[in-house]
Amino acid sequence: MSKAIPEPVIRLTEAFARLPGIGPKTAARLTYFLLRAPDEISQSLADALHDLKTETKFCSVCFNITVSDPCEICADAKRDGRVIAVVEEPLDVLAIERTGAYSGKYHVLHGAISPVNNIGPDDLRIRELVERVGQQDVLEVIIATNPGMEGDATAMYIKRELEPKGVKIQRLARGLPVGGDLEYVDSVTLTRALQGRSEF
Amino acid sequence: MPRPERSFRTDALILKRRDFGEADRLLTLLTPRYGKLDVIAKGARKPTSSKTGHVELYTRADMLLHRGRELDIVVQVEMLKPYLELREDLQRGAYANYAAELMDRFTTRSEEDSTVLFTLLDETLQRLCVDEDPRLAVRYFEVRLLDEVGFRPELHECVVSREAVQAEDQYFSYADGGVVRPEHAIRSTSFVPIPMVTLKVLRHMQRSPYSHVQSLSISRALHDDIERILLGYITFLLEQKLQSVDFIRRIRS
Ligand SMILES: [Zn+2]
Repeated sequence: MSKAIPEPVIRLTEAFARLPGIGPKTAARLTYFLLRAPDEISQSLADALHDLKTETKFCSVCFNITVSDPCEICADAKRDGRVIAVVEEPLDVLAIERTGAYSGKYHVLHGAISPVNNIGPDDLRIRELVERVGQQDVLEVIIATNPGMEGDATAMYIKRELEPKGVKIQRLARGLPVGGDLEYVDSVTLTRALQGRSEF
Repeated sequence: MPRPERSFRTDALILKRRDFGEADRLLTLLTPRYGKLDVIAKGARKPTSSKTGHVELYTRADMLLHRGRELDIVVQVEMLKPYLELREDLQRGAYANYAAELMDRFTTRSEEDSTVLFTLLDETLQRLCVDEDPRLAVRYFEVRLLDEVGFRPELHECVVSREAVQAEDQYFSYADGGVVRPEHAIRSTSFVPIPMVTLKVLRHMQRSPYSHVQSLSISRALHDDIERILLGYITFLLEQKLQSVDFIRRIRS
């Protein structure tokens, strides 16, 4: 970047550009927007960014992001602690919660096994899951990692680790997306949808 | 190969992928005519996109690509070979990770004809799905890949003295890429002993089609030794550890 641009502008632009989904042009646009916008907009953004890290932590039970430890879901006595859904990311918890169809608890891995991207089992909260299943009265683990090579490998690895615990292990059914045409469905999904077909 | 046309169609194996933007995926492809390419599949993380599911790792797909300013864009894609077993068997999948990582590390984005490499990886993925012993497919892949990318190990004459090697246990030099007769081997980390039987199997792999290699009966210990030499040589060439190897070791134990 040219010397004509002041250092603070460069710093913020570069910080934005490190965020997912933001390229250099969008980063520059955001920076110049904040430069011209009223002070309270950048102040509230700065406060929110600061609080994000200082006022949130990982739940020591499920590793979701939370303000209180244990998190609201883990602390909720009405939820069934004998069932644990294992997800890759905190946003996946929100997606399942939105369905209103699940009343068990969660375990957040914070990623999926991907050797090519340098993520191995030790980089995820897998050991904590195995310990949790060993310590608590857990009957059923539902592995809800993303369908795909990384999510599938993670699911198989977790299954291998949990099998000695004698717990029931399930994988989220993998089927056809609502609103899609059958002719556009890939053969992995279609094969699995056929395998997982049910009485009608 | 130059490709002035704005859109082009290609067969592709998906080597690598990562999330990009809101719902896109950045894919690294191996293609027969255009070599290794980075392309973007827009919307491919949404379950309702027609691309989702067709841009899975280690599958073969028919793609229509549009030249973008920086990256080529996937316009249409249809999965041709799903290689399902790689997704349902932890070990087979881990070997596919390894084959794809090797292919990625040994190639550059050069847009040159890569038909041989493409066919090699495609056949290897197929073998990893169906073979009783997927390890053998991996060893054969290593030998063929080294050949094709210009690192074919010299297994017949001493790389120091250029004399033909005798039928006795030898040394292998990672730095020189070949066998060294015992009297020329100096003590060094890049020299490792190679028993005659290991050398013989490696020679066989170098000159034979896969079906002939498959008919060999190789003990577990011998296979481990072949793996030691090949992996040692490959790690030396790449000058760094391979991530996928750690995972293979992890699930083997
Ligand atoms: Zn919690």
